[in-house]
Amino acid sequence: MTRKQRRLTIIGGSLTVLAVAVALVLNAMRGSIVFFSTPVMVSEEHIPPGKRFRLGGLVEKGSLVHGDNLAVAFKVGDGSATLPVTYKGILPDLFREGQGVVAEGALDASGVFRADTVLAKHDETYMPKEVADALKKQGHWKDDYGEKSHTTEAQAGPSTSGVSGATQGVSQ
Amino acid sequence: MIAEAGHYALVLALGLALIQSTVPILGARWGDAALMNVARSTALAQLVFTLASFLALITLHVTSDFSVVNVFENSHSMKPLIYKITGVWGNHEGSMLLWVSILALFGGLVAAFGNNLPLSLRAHVLAVQAWVASAFYLFILMTSNPFLRIINPPLEGRDLNPVLQDPGLAVHPPMLYLGYVGFSISFSFAIAALLEGRIDAAWARWVRPWTLLAWIFLTLGIAMGSYWAYYELGWGGWWFWDPVENASLMPWLAGTALLHSAVVMEKRNALKVWTILLSILTFSLSLLGTFLVRSGVLTSVHAFASDPKRGVFILLILCIFIGGSLTLYAWRASALKQGGLFAPISREGALVLNNLFLTTACATVFVGTLYPLALEVTTGQKISVGAPFFNLTFAPLFVPLMLAVPFGPLLAWKRGDLLGAAQRLFAAGVAALVAIAVLWAWTWGGSTLAPLAIGLAVFVVAGALSDLAERTGLFRVPFGTAVRRARGLPRSSWGTVFAHAGVGIALMGIVCETTWNSEYIGSMKTNDVAHVAGYALKFDGLTQRQGPNFQEVAAQFEVSLDGKWLSTMKPSKRSFTTRGSTITEAALLTRGASQLYISLGDIAADGTIAVRIYHKPMVLLIWFGPVLMAFGGMLSLSDRRLRVGAPKPARVPRSLQPAE
Repeated sequence: MTRKQRRLTIIGGSLTVLAVAVALVLNAMRGSIVFFSTPVMVSEEHIPPGKRFRLGGLVEKGSLVHGDNLAVAFKVGDGSATLPVTYKGILPDLFREGQGVVAEGALDASGVFRADTVLAKHDETYMPKEVADALKKQGHWKDDYGEKSHTTEAQAGPSTSGVSGATQGVSQ
Repeated sequence: MIAEAGHYALVLALGLALIQSTVPILGARWGDAALMNVARSTALAQLVFTLASFLALITLHVTSDFSVVNVFENSHSMKPLIYKITGVWGNHEGSMLLWVSILALFGGLVAAFGNNLPLSLRAHVLAVQAWVASAFYLFILMTSNPFLRIINPPLEGRDLNPVLQDPGLAVHPPMLYLGYVGFSISFSFAIAALLEGRIDAAWARWVRPWTLLAWIFLTLGIAMGSYWAYYELGWGGWWFWDPVENASLMPWLAGTALLHSAVVMEKRNALKVWTILLSILTFSLSLLGTFLVRSGVLTSVHAFASDPKRGVFILLILCIFIGGSLTLYAWRASALKQGGLFAPISREGALVLNNLFLTTACATVFVGTLYPLALEVTTGQKISVGAPFFNLTFAPLFVPLMLAVPFGPLLAWKRGDLLGAAQRLFAAGVAALVAIAVLWAWTWGGSTLAPLAIGLAVFVVAGALSDLAERTGLFRVPFGTAVRRARGLPRSSWGTVFAHAGVGIALMGIVCETTWNSEYIGSMKTNDVAHVAGYALKFDGLTQRQGPNFQEVAAQFEVSLDGKWLSTMKPSKRSFTTRGSTITEAALLTRGASQLYISLGDIAADGTIAVRIYHKPMVLLIWFGPVLMAFGGMLSLSDRRLRVGAPKPARVPRSLQPAE
């Protein structure tokens, strides 16, 4: 093989691997990306049952009901709409009524959001940024939240740790 | 007083770094040895002042001086001493100070041990180190000064985030930073080579051990962080494809590629230009990781905008260093001479293949981590890219890489014999097939993919062992001769064996844990028994305890297997009074390489508890693998050839060099 041929072999091989990688990435992008919604977006956009998304908002005060064997039901609201959520499993340490929450799952046929993951951040003044942004946009932003989340920025940040800082509850 | 002294020391370190970043370069331009030697003394002095500053901050934390904002926000007088010390880097300002201290440490080491480097190369390397250092000193002094005072000092601090009050914090961030920042050395060498327009013989010999050292720390740091997250976050996961984790994985992947291409460069004087590029990319990814974690951009691009000073500053550093170094590369790389020729099927070819897959895998992680940010900036749409994305992209790219790993060390330099290598891997292949067949029969009807993946892992481990057997002539020569040969093998060959076997072992752990882990989630009353994977766990009741700065409720579980009592497990919930927050402390019981894992949920008033119990088969292999890899790295680092470091005397005949 001449030098040129060798170089071509290497370049050809590299391009093949890159093409495969691009194909893999594009394929994964289509199937495995999860969008974020708030209850009001859900009511406006008619998300089909079974399509996975992340739901964010505030846990409505007084809506949390504990059922048998760790089943829980609560409502997530954003000031203009609420959505009932069911979940089976252990809620994160910081899950509280009136606090921000992000849940991942899908709607069932009756319009109830079945969550299989519930996220809360390890900081009691923390409100998930996605929720805060959504609430701000709709004008339901409380100023004291802004201040609190600002002062906790430094603590929410230092995940030098690799510990993501978020706790998650995952059901079976 | 201490705070002001620490602040002042940091300012002096900046001053020294500024001198170090200019004078030696001018010296090299003018050929003035005295000016070039300035680099050495300033680097050492810089180390002294930075360490003094870091020690000052530690002292402030240990003595609980709440008149300093940083101490007030992250410490508490009742906190145990170890967390007072580790709390220093458990926050933004302190961890940046740790970052520059380690940078200064590496600069100091080059200065102290670089006597056999060509003078102008050393001057250039230390100057580039100082550019990086100056940028980060400025960043700390202008946006994240840890020594700021409060006018009316409070009596008590706010305490450290409870999740961080764990021995993991003592080890994980320093390790990770030693890895991240360690790559600055190969970066500085790369830039120095581009500035000088040539690569000496000393270049590769120096870059390889330093890269190896950084890589060892990064490997251990990532593994440690993963184990920490596993036991501390309380839901049994060990890798979440979280952007913060990806930020450390990307430099690791690029660094692993660099490690391998540096071998080609050292042995065969080939792939020079590529190695230089990888050095730049690896450190750029370390900087990117620092940016992602430190700027707040990960929680949301708006968090970045809400505190723009830090984010923009560090983004600026990022752009200058990455943009600048890549521009320099584009401009000067063609001036570097290309090295030796090799056939596609050869050791070099195998290492190129390794580099190709590692960098491509790194690129997919890069896309998955930054795509959501890019999308939010451009369209405002919020998405999350999680584990499914990475499983679909990263995993398929790693399969061919793993298949190729055992072949690499068995191929000869320049022109290899693929058929011969395949024959020598026959035993490893058979072992893999047997493993697949046995697992298929055993888990009939279960996952089809898992036995294949385990087979691949067995192939990698057995392949590493075949390489060893091949080198020592095991089973071909008398056993005594083989042992003698094994002793005579260069340590770097042993290092390769251990590191490659470690990859296979980690894969085994990953596959076993994800496929065959079993869990129980439910509520339990006193004397209830839960059954998980053959183990019976009886809930014995709750006990209360007062810790130094928290209150603890522990649940007691009696664990038995087939009616025989094994152990007691005590998962607990800790409430930290100062922050008013509660965290869950999981309980772990190790059985061989497998673990039982209990984590508590809500505790009801009548003593009913919500629990999550996992049985995780072979889970410890996930971390044992990286430890083996790091051990392999250390063996290789202790190889005589690397320790000597001086350019090789020309008269040593090439044929006496151990083949590897």
